[in-house]
Amino acid sequence: MEVKGEIYRVAGPVVTITGIKPKMYDVVKVGHEGLMGEVIRIVGDKATVQVYEDTSGIKPGEPVVNTGMSLSVELGPGLLESIYDGIQRPLKVLQEQMGDFIQRGVTANGLDRDRKWDFKPTVSGGDSVKGGDVIGVVQETTNIEHKIMVPPTVSGTVNEIKKGKFTVDETVCVLSDGTELQMMQKWSVREPRPVSKKLMPTKPLITGQRILDGLFPVAKGGTAAIPGPFGSGKTVTQQQLAKWSDTDIVVYIGCGERGNEMADVLNEFPELEDPKTGRPLMERTVLIANTSNMPVAAREASVYTGITIAEYYRDMGYDVSLMADSTSRWAESMREISSRLEEMPGEEGYPAYLSARLSEFYERAGAVHSLAGFDGSITVIGAVSPPGGDFSEPVTQNTLRIVKVFWALDAKLSQRRHFPSINWLSSYSLYTNGLADWFTENVAPDWIYIRDNAMDLLQQESELQEIVQLVGSDALPEDQQLTLEITRMIREYFLQQNAFHPVDTFCPFDKQYKLLKAISKYGEMANAALESGVPMSDIMSVESKDDLAKVKFEEDFEPALNVVLTKMDEEFAKLGGK
Amino acid sequence: MTKEYKTITEVSGPLIFLEKTEPVGFGELVNINLPDGTTKRGQVLDTSAETVVVQVFEGTGGLNSESGVVFTGETIKLSVSKDMLGRILSGAGEPLDGGPRIVPDDRIDVNGASMNPYSRMPPEDFIQTGISTIDGTNTLVRGQKLPIFSGAGLPHNEIALQIARQAKVLGSDEPFAVVFAAMGITNEEAQYFMQDFEKTGALERAVVFLNLADDPAVERLITPRMALTAAEYLAYEHDMHVLVIMTDITNYCEALRQMGAAREEVPGRRGYPGYMYTDLASLYERAGVIKGKKGSVTQFSILTMPGDDITHPIPDLSGYITEGQIVVSRELHRKGIYPPINVLPSLSRLMNSGIGEGKTRDDHKAVSDQMYAMYAEGRDMRGLVAIVGKDALSERDQKILEFADLFEDRFVRQGRDENRHIVDDTLRIAWEILSELPETQLTRIDNKFIDVYHPAHKAKSE
Ligand SMILES: Nc1ncnc2c1ncn2[C@@H]1O[C@H](COP(=O)(O)OP(=O)(O)OP(=O)(O)O)[C@@H](O)[C@H]1O
Ligand SMILES: [Mg+2]
Repeated sequence: MEVKGEIYRVAGPVVTITGIKPKMYDVVKVGHEGLMGEVIRIVGDKATVQVYEDTSGIKPGEPVVNTGMSLSVELGPGLLESIYDGIQRPLKVLQEQMGDFIQRGVTANGLDRDRKWDFKPTVSGGDSVKGGDVIGVVQETTNIEHKIMVPPTVSGTVNEIKKGKFTVDETVCVLSDGTELQMMQKWSVREPRPVSKKLMPTKPLITGQRILDGLFPVAKGGTAAIPGPFGSGKTVTQQQLAKWSDTDIVVYIGCGERGNEMADVLNEFPELEDPKTGRPLMERTVLIANTSNMPVAAREASVYTGITIAEYYRDMGYDVSLMADSTSRWAESMREISSRLEEMPGEEGYPAYLSARLSEFYERAGAVHSLAGFDGSITVIGAVSPPGGDFSEPVTQNTLRIVKVFWALDAKLSQRRHFPSINWLSSYSLYTNGLADWFTENVAPDWIYIRDNAMDLLQQESELQEIVQLVGSDALPEDQQLTLEITRMIREYFLQQNAFHPVDTFCPFDKQYKLLKAISKYGEMANAALESGVPMSDIMSVESKDDLAKVKFEEDFEPALNVVLTKMDEEFAKLGGK
Repeated sequence: MTKEYKTITEVSGPLIFLEKTEPVGFGELVNINLPDGTTKRGQVLDTSAETVVVQVFEGTGGLNSESGVVFTGETIKLSVSKDMLGRILSGAGEPLDGGPRIVPDDRIDVNGASMNPYSRMPPEDFIQTGISTIDGTNTLVRGQKLPIFSGAGLPHNEIALQIARQAKVLGSDEPFAVVFAAMGITNEEAQYFMQDFEKTGALERAVVFLNLADDPAVERLITPRMALTAAEYLAYEHDMHVLVIMTDITNYCEALRQMGAAREEVPGRRGYPGYMYTDLASLYERAGVIKGKKGSVTQFSILTMPGDDITHPIPDLSGYITEGQIVVSRELHRKGIYPPINVLPSLSRLMNSGIGEGKTRDDHKAVSDQMYAMYAEGRDMRGLVAIVGKDALSERDQKILEFADLFEDRFVRQGRDENRHIVDDTLRIAWEILSELPETQLTRIDNKFIDVYHPAHKAKSE
């Protein structure tokens, strides 16, 4: 089956081959060492290959073999708790085989071939099954039941079904036409897995981050982008989402970013508990790490590898969150390869297909009815790293045309250590209205009112600040000075959230609600007092107002808050404001 | 493989084009013998059955079609041995100090392989530099890459040297070494470093690579790779903690741009190659700590921002790769403050893992955040005061305005040889200036820390 060709030219990660007639996107093995690559252009009798490994020392004339397969991932039990490179090679296995530095020419299976899983069939002989149907289950981690599904393109009648311990490549089911099914299936990464129907997202992804849940929520199955200059908090925010979101599965892609950040996740996630299940976070997580110094072609592939794995769990009916940090590095890998191909460059050297690729990727998010009829979702959250922090560049702009939520990071805020440094004036969520019913039912009937009111005040603040810049705050009328004080409280007490504080790092929705309501209560009482003639200085020196600053850090939040609120009532009663 | 080819068909900038060779490997090292008997070195950039493109490190001056080209069959390697310590080498790894060639213990490909993220140990050992604006608010840890972003004429060299002299992990005397890579700096600047190394005895524990301003720009592309290869060797084969100082990253990037232009590549932002991010990452990412290994590689590089512009592609792409940056400010320098580090745009991303209870002190993070918030606000007030006058400020705002001055004068400013202890000096000063603010303004600090460390409370409880 294997036909041999040879290398014609080598220029970095781009290799031209001759002598074989591959199909577009076929995976080929290049050179004596069999480096993995993918056909990305065919011209006459030559084909261009992007190679996923370093090509130093590779010579023209070395052999090339076509595998005839497109770039695929292995799907089955054992994905969770793994860390892969961009082409699904387990980094742990690579380390065992070649030490602490990644050498090339090593192949490693995405799924462990030795490990046995306890397969419990859910169909019997004679049942008819179609693509996506579940034929059995495996307990993959304590809380995740892995459904073994018929590959989307297969259907038939069950002739034989097994039960017991098997490896992922042993046959567990035979259909009457002789088709053998294993627990593992392969899927080409560049092709979305089919679903029966796409649904409108109706539930929020609760993240435990006040500014996100409170002001700019993303829906389960939605899309969000976090653009920001370096050091403004993209990675920390993404990691916070990976840690605390009420999601079943997390796929975290470190795409062209730092090795230490991935090491951090690897270190922390097994220790941290999923707030929903109490189990280590790692048990619901799949990591893809193709760091900035790893080959760019594999960086290009990493995003597809990640989203395909996400789709697979979605098909089982799980809510999956996918974080891609950073989609700009992904776009740059496309640019790098495109320029080696001497393609006609588009805006800022990016290939003309940049925007198509971005929308194809985000389009793979969504809430769906799977082929088997389960409801599952993929929420995609992409970091964007605009050069110079300038959002007018092509990757940010093209992304904003697609995603529904925009969390705009702001260097001015991060420099003063206002975290998360998400700008509350320029960010937006297009899900806010669609999710309003959910919030009213599940948080509190007055939540929307309190939230909108806070947003409104923040808007006013920015206008007042302009005046203050000209005349100083003392020149403002008293009610406006009060507004500035309340918005300061909203910013510092509510919006600011320290990801590294043991308590504050995660804030349940109920706590978010009570905190904002408390601030709003001070606002109401203070305004009433002011109207009934209480001097401004008295209102400002209400102690309970300052006490409110720190209740969010309390382990026992409710009692601490109640103490403050009682004191607030007493203090205002003394002022005679009500 | 010792065959000499005289088939050069074109010489263009730093590139030569050859025809009709045996198959040549990508990235292979090339020797070029000139008619006058000298030899230059180069590297294969593009290789096909018909044409080979070679980039010449020492520049193509004096080269013609009579020159002979020999392909060595291997990629660029550095001869390493522990005897490198105390040696001064050229930017291409040849001895410059009149000493013997390094007797190699090993020969290592200078490009280095990427460290498997799975093998990395998150850096967490606090390095005390004795400088408050670093230790207190932008803490450096072992295995971090933390560059200085500076500008022409600012005292970044002094700061780097002060750090090289003072840096240590408290309570440890594990073997350490300095690897110094000069890229395109002037002879005078290089001398400044060398003299300080000699004076303090640091040279014995240093390996120096010098590519000076008048050395070929192309060589600059391998100098940092040589230096990092030496550093990795000392760290992972000889268990040393290595501090790598590379200066100036900007000169390196200029060389990269020059090469890109010579290759007629489509330029990216401001003429720098589109792959500059990836290229810089292949340097910066070579810092780190490996599980199970004793040594480490910490990078403290100097980068002068063209036009003091932090959004220029060189600092911008660097900032996206490194684990923070220390920003030197012209404004503070003009005010006569040394070290003129502006903490606001500065950042150490690994700070959180290097500080706190058992490392520095439990209140460290909160104190740092509080100072940032107040200093940032205080600086805004300065702008406001210039317009509306001090009297228009509320009492609270006036206090914050004063805090900004105190911060610069007491916390930022320190002596060139002043080696501050993190707890006894840096955090003490921090609390002293914070206690000038009304206590209700200390919203970033847990009450339990205020009770223990605030001078007013401390006095009471003692
Ligand atoms: N929510 C937060 N709470 C506390 N600190 C934060 C928070 N978000 C960000 N930070 C601080 O900001 C630093 C930079 O954040 P982060 O690494 O996420 O930036 P980034 O936008 O990913 O930068 P880059 O583009 O360079 O990767 C962190 O190291 C941390 O100190
Ligand atoms: Mg980041």
